[in-house]
Order: sequence, then C-alpha cells, then structure tokens
Amino acid sequence: MGVGTFFTSKLDEAIGWARKFSIFQYPFVTACCGMEYMATACSHYDVDRFGAGLPRFSPRQADVLFVVGTISHKMAPVLKRIYDQMCEPKWVVAFGVCTCTGGFYNNYATVQGIDTIIPVDVYIPGCPPRPESVIDGLMKLQDKIAAGVQRY
Amino acid sequence: MDGSAILARLRGRLGARVLDTHEHHGDHTAVIAPEGIVDALRFCRDESDLGFDMLMDLTAVDYLRFPGREDGPRFDVVYHLYSVPHNHRVRLKVPVEQDAPSVPTATGLWPIANWLEREVWDMYGIRFDGHPDLRRLLMYEEFVGHPLRKDYPIERRQPLIGPNV
Amino acid sequence: MPERTAREIFLGEGAGTGAGSQNLFVNMGPAHPAMHGIIRIFAELDGEVVVKADMEIGYLHRAFEKDCEVGPYNSAIPYTDRLNYVSPLINNFAYASAVEKLLGIEITERCKYIRVVMSEISRICDHLTCVGASAMELGAFTVFLYMIKAREFLWELVEDVTGARLTISYGRVGGVKADLPDGFGIKVRKAFAETRQVLTEVHTLVTGNRIFMDRMVGVGALSAQESVAWGITGPLLRAAGVPFDLRRVQPYWAYDRVEFEVPLGKNGDNFDRYLVRMAEMEQSMRMVEQALEGMPGGAINVDFEGREIPVDAYVDRGKQGKTEGLLLLPITLSPNLQGQGRDAQARVNVHDKRVVLPPKENAYGSIEGLMNHFMLVMDGYGIRPPAGEAYFAAEGANGELGFYVVSDGSDRPYRVRCRPPCLPPVAALPRMIEGQMIADIIPTFGSVNMIGGELDR
Repeated sequence: MGVGTFFTSKLDEAIGWARKFSIFQYPFVTACCGMEYMATACSHYDVDRFGAGLPRFSPRQADVLFVVGTISHKMAPVLKRIYDQMCEPKWVVAFGVCTCTGGFYNNYATVQGIDTIIPVDVYIPGCPPRPESVIDGLMKLQDKIAAGVQRY
Repeated sequence: MDGSAILARLRGRLGARVLDTHEHHGDHTAVIAPEGIVDALRFCRDESDLGFDMLMDLTAVDYLRFPGREDGPRFDVVYHLYSVPHNHRVRLKVPVEQDAPSVPTATGLWPIANWLEREVWDMYGIRFDGHPDLRRLLMYEEFVGHPLRKDYPIERRQPLIGPNV
Repeated sequence: MPERTAREIFLGEGAGTGAGSQNLFVNMGPAHPAMHGIIRIFAELDGEVVVKADMEIGYLHRAFEKDCEVGPYNSAIPYTDRLNYVSPLINNFAYASAVEKLLGIEITERCKYIRVVMSEISRICDHLTCVGASAMELGAFTVFLYMIKAREFLWELVEDVTGARLTISYGRVGGVKADLPDGFGIKVRKAFAETRQVLTEVHTLVTGNRIFMDRMVGVGALSAQESVAWGITGPLLRAAGVPFDLRRVQPYWAYDRVEFEVPLGKNGDNFDRYLVRMAEMEQSMRMVEQALEGMPGGAINVDFEGREIPVDAYVDRGKQGKTEGLLLLPITLSPNLQGQGRDAQARVNVHDKRVVLPPKENAYGSIEGLMNHFMLVMDGYGIRPPAGEAYFAAEGANGELGFYVVSDGSDRPYRVRCRPPCLPPVAALPRMIEGQMIADIIPTFGSVNMIGGELDR
C-alpha cells in the first residue's frame, strides 16, 4: 500500500512541477489591464522566467485563461465560449478588479465579476494591478497548479 | 471667418428655420428646426467661405431633467462642424420632440454620420430618416431600451448570460 | 510589366466569381490576438481578397458617459483615464479644460506647461505602444520588446509625478493634482536618452526593411479628401498630407510657446502613418525639453540641475538631534508626498475658491479654509458651473479628442460627451481594406491604433 501511493504522489508532484512551469496562457485582453499585461510579459518584469512566456492565441492550445480587462455583457457569451473551448486541465485568472467584481463600473453594461459566468482560480485585484502583483498572482496560480490533483 | 458672421450667413440662408443663435463661452451655436437641418448642413459644407468639410461630432442630449426645459422638446441632436481650410467651428442643434423622435439623416453628406447616427439611435432612440442601416452600434441587439436617456437607471441589468446582479 | 491587381495575381488572369464559386465569410474577432482589443471584423472574401467588410464594435462599452453624470465634476476624472488608456493624461486634461471653459476660468501659466509636458510624455507612450504592437503583428517581435522597454522608462517618469503608471487621475478641474517633483528634469533627460536610442534601433531594424516595407507601403491608403469626409484626424490625416494638428492651428495650454514641427506624409498608407508616428515622438520629446526649460517657476525650479541636499536628509539629521548647523528655513515639502501643501498647489491651481480645494495648511489651520473645503466636498455643493455647454478639443494621440460638457447649474455634469478620435478611422476601416488581401488587414488595423476604451466608451 505505501509503495504504490509513494510513487503516484511523487509522480503527481513531478507532473505538477512540470505543469506549473509550462503555462500556456491565453491572454483574453480587453481593456487597460492589457497594458500592464504587456508590461509584465515584456523585458522589465519578464514572465518568461516562470515558464509563462508563450501566449497561445487559440483557446484550444492554452491551459490558463487570463481574463484581462473589463468584460461587458456583450462580450460575456464570447468569454464563456472561449472558456468552453479550452481543454482540461484549465485554470482561469481574473486579472484586474473589473474581472474580479466589476471594478467601479457598476452599471448596465459591465459584468460584475467574471466569476458569475466562469469559475475563477486566482483573483488579481488592482486597477490596473502593478506587474509585481501580477507575478504574485501567477506564483499563487503555480502553487495551485502544483498542489492540485493531477489528472492525466 | 468670424463666428458671428457664420451665424449670420446661416440666418440669411435659412431664415425662420434658425430658431436661435448664441455664443456661450466662445462656441458659436445655431438652433435649427428639424426640417431645415439637412439644408443647413449642406449649406455649411458646400458654401466655399464656410467650407465645413468635417463633421467632427454628432450627438444628442436628453433634457428631461434640465431645469427650465421640462416642457420643451426633450432631445437636442447636436452637430459639431469644423472647417479644415478656414479653421473655424460651429455647432448646430436640432430640438426633437419626445414622441417618435426623428431627424433627417446626414449620411449623404458625410460618411461618418452613418456610425455617429447609429450611436445616437442606440443610446437615445432618435431615428434618422433615410439612414441606410439603422441598428445598434455599442449595445447588443437583444438590449431593450436606450441607456443614455435620463429615465434609464444606470444600475438596471439585462445580462445576456449569467445572473442578474 | 502591366499592373496586375491583387485579384488577378491570386485568381489568375480574368478570373471572376463564375458559376460554382462562392465567397467565403470570415469572422475576425472579437477575441483575437491580444494587442488590439476587442472588435469584430466580418469580412467577405473572394480567395484572398476582401470584397466587403463590416465592423462590429461595442464589446468594451463601459457606460462612460452615463457614469460621468453620477458624481461631481472631479469624479469623472478616473473614468476619463480609462478612455484612451495608453495616453490617459491627455484625456484627463482635455476633460478638465472643457469644464474650465464652462466655468470661464483660466489656469496658471505653470499648470499650462505641466499639462504640455505630461501630455507629450503620454503621447510618446501611445505611439510607442501602437508602433510596437503593429510591428509585432508583422513579426518584428524585437521592436515590440524594445518599445515596451522604452515605455517602461517613461512610465517611471509618470509614476514619479502622478503616483501611478497607467490610470493616473492626475488632472483636476482648475489645475493638476500636484507640482512636478524635484530632479524631474534629470530623470526626463535620462529617460529620453534611452527612448531616443530605442527609436534609432527601431529605425535601423524596420524602416528600411524589405519585408516591412512590402507589407506597409501602398496598403490601407486613404486619400486626404476621403479622410476629411470620414472625419479622420490626427496622425492618419497627417499621413495623407493634411497639416491639421490642433496644437498648431488652435493652440491651447502652452503649445504656442514651444517650437515643434508637424510631420506630414504623402500617400496616406500604412508606411506613412508609421513614419509620421515615429517623427511625432521625436517632436514630442523636443516639446517636453523646451517646456521644462521655459517653465515659469516658483521656489522649486524644475531645471536640469539637482539640488544640493534633499529636504528629507535635513529632516533626518534634525530627528537625530543634530540640529547645529541646520538653519531654520521654511521647509518645502516634496510635492508628491504632500501634494496638498500651499507651495505645491499655489503655482499650479487656479486661485478660485469655487473650484479648487484649499491647501492643507488652510483647511486645517483656519476656519475659512475649513469652510471652503466643506463647500467643495459635500453633496450638492462643489464645483457648480453655470448652466450652459462647452466643447473643448485637444490633440489626442489619435486625433481630435473632444469633450462636450453640458451643465445644468448643479454639482453634477448633466451630459459629458467624449468625441473619440479613433471612431472615424475604425468606421472607415472597411473602406481601407476592401480590395486588399486578408493579410493586409493586420497592418492596416494596427496603424489605425484602435483603443477599445475610447472607441466604445
């Protein structure tokens, strides 16, 4: 009994380690947070050193959905469809306070938090969040990826 | 050309269809009756010393809650014109009633009026007669109502998907 | 060799949509590669050639105009940040100027220069982002990385002055939030040296580059007459050869006191737009340097020399008890730490009690100041322009950014309309891409510099 679970848990850890350092993100960029996303992804605050440097511009090839910027009600069905098109295992990062709770756009046009539509794993508040916050959120996501049950 | 001279030319051309002119804060403005607006716009564009070849902006204002205008025409459609060769500006306003509000289209004069009028239709519900394709520009097709009207509450939710929070 | 249209190259001599062939409808967006934002292009293709295109916008509509009516006049400033979010300072100042026009007040000289300096830094950031992103779409990833690096240096400057990198809320009705910090001139000089180096490198990489030129020259052209009919302003109009720059023809703030050239293109195609933007960045840097030199000052001179000993060093020594040798000088606090101080406010804000919050020394120290603060902050009071309307246009990075503000005499704006400079080019985009190939949509769309926040408001 002990030996079998030792191997599978070590295998789980290894796969978790590999998954967390090879994040293929789909940057679903809509608004101002996109500028901070660009700043985080580029040379000053590089995310490539976390293995998250290659954005896949197709949801079918991505595993982390970065929802960056305000989602309006017109855009919400598109977001849901993109989320549905991604394959398991997938994670969602709500980047920016507009995606966490709607931000200060408490009006007829804005979704008050994307967790009303899709499940979210990491929330990065800020308007826009500084790149240091983004990297903090990314590292929390990595912990979540590594700690979760790995299905393969 | 001097702003007041522009307004004088408009008065000369349109006569009684110019309901009012004023010059608040340096912006020369003429209020024009709806049936004269296309004529006024064409005159502004084609007359050589007016030369307003650019329609800078086309928008509307809802005067429902404006003190002093509660019983007047509810909407004003506002045209901002600019002349590139002469470097002068003018503002034209058209008062529109509340019931079945409509104004003749300016799409034949400037192609940009197409989208600007679609936006006014979307946000205020003012129709533009003769517009080739009057549909919503910013909101989704299923949206009910015209959001920038004063009686549309800002916090009313009409989500397409998801809960109504 | 006789001229062959794109159509003939791809479909063969005399090809047409004969029996059995059908046009393909392709949908680009709304979620397409990150850098441009969300917009939908619905194109009808005949092979590779775009026959007809239709745009659908509104995916980022965030009810800016309705939200501005909710709070007092200064509460609209954060909403204006998020309009053209790559050059937010220009939006702030243009809105504040529209309200100042409605109030009939004139800002101080120093404030005018500060607005010019910060607007031009914002404009450089916008052009860097636009050129970088569109070069990346064409495959020049290095150009993008270099330009974002340069943008980071400029954002450090903006952060020094305003406290934030992107959504700064720095403008206020009647002035700006606080004065420029000490040593700003030195930081500007360093940042601009880096930016100029980046621009030189980018010129070497792409301006004469065969691939870049093949993809940009002759593509997406719009003649001057058509551009004017479509209401297009800004770099796109100047690339078509029309010398319409609001800073030159209807100068505002301190633009009539700085010297700059207005770069013009000839053909109105994507390559000319790129060249115009690159040249404008250099002109903006010139303007900032001139404005910093010519800025009317007070005690704090923002010049190219630093101070001998910074103020906080004096304070540290005093706290440690080493007070000998320290003179009793009136301490000038750093305007960014304590931007509400009298010195920092007096030079940049209008001396108008109905509009500008009093400096903290007055608000805490005298009853008149306290009442003044109260009258500006409490509900129903505050900035109350007389009933009327005003339109103010500034030269945004994409063209004429106009704010039309209607006031009903209360403390909330009755109507705020933002005339988006990128709406006309996006409306004219089908006209620019019809007849060209589908791959030409990418550089054309990139050079239009559509900013979703401004387009959809």
